[in-house]
Amino acid sequence: MPVNPEVEGRTYPKIPTYVVSRVKVAEFAAAVGAKDPVHTDVEHARSLGYSDVVAPPTFAVIVAQQAEAAAITDPEAGIDFSRLVHGEEGFTHHRPLVAGDEITAATTVDRVRSAGGHSMVTLKTAITTTEGDPVCDVNCVVVIRGEA
Amino acid sequence: MPQISELAVGDSIGSTEIAVDRATFVRYAGASGDFNPIHWDEKFATSVGLPSVIGHGMWTMGAAVSLVGEWVGDPGRVVEYGVRFSAPVVVEYDSATPLAVTGTIKKIDGDRVTVELTATQGGTKVLSRALATVDLSER
Repeated sequence: MPVNPEVEGRTYPKIPTYVVSRVKVAEFAAAVGAKDPVHTDVEHARSLGYSDVVAPPTFAVIVAQQAEAAAITDPEAGIDFSRLVHGEEGFTHHRPLVAGDEITAATTVDRVRSAGGHSMVTLKTAITTTEGDPVCDVNCVVVIRGEA
Repeated sequence: MPQISELAVGDSIGSTEIAVDRATFVRYAGASGDFNPIHWDEKFATSVGLPSVIGHGMWTMGAAVSLVGEWVGDPGRVVEYGVRFSAPVVVEYDSATPLAVTGTIKKIDGDRVTVELTATQGGTKVLSRALATVDLSER
């Protein structure tokens, strides 16, 4: 069943405040094999001018995927999660995420289109501080495979 | 940090090989909060038509960009990063093939340098259009 194109343009509510922690940054860095001490050593991070340890470039996906869940589970969109694969991902960082940041995120369905029996859904997620300052824009394309 | 004046389009930023096994993806599932069983449960993965457990695309994306962070000496300098997922990283039970990553300078625009990453597993390209832009400006 194709994804309902009428959800195009829909913006979902912001997620609850997410607080970036040193422990989670270190855990994520270890999981992707990012060995740079800026992720784990506060003094080193401060020597480079950051207020605290810096999250790896793809860390924002944790927050983005929490926000995207509202779109993916919207019953009106009709997305079959079991047929969903990740097509593309992109981050535009206005500044790096650092431990102590209090952020939130909201996802908008940018585009729904059909191609070769599949549905491609482009989700744009704006990650901001709780004060509303831009932190990271996330672009995600998911492909919902059609029935063979 | 690399000096812009010493860089040229086409320069290599180096290469790396990253070992993967099932534990890699269990660990990434916990770190990222993405517990989709296709990434750690072989019975489930094969039941939905996959060859075996496959890695998270986002793990591959995150692992590949570490090469850029190491080259710059500060991963906080990565201002743009985007990829297309062209094939899954397949993780056999006890003989998974490592991920091979290389990077080449694609564009230099003022203080911003864009690196094109190539990520392959056993000759299969798992990312395409993988571009990371770093800001090398004075601070």
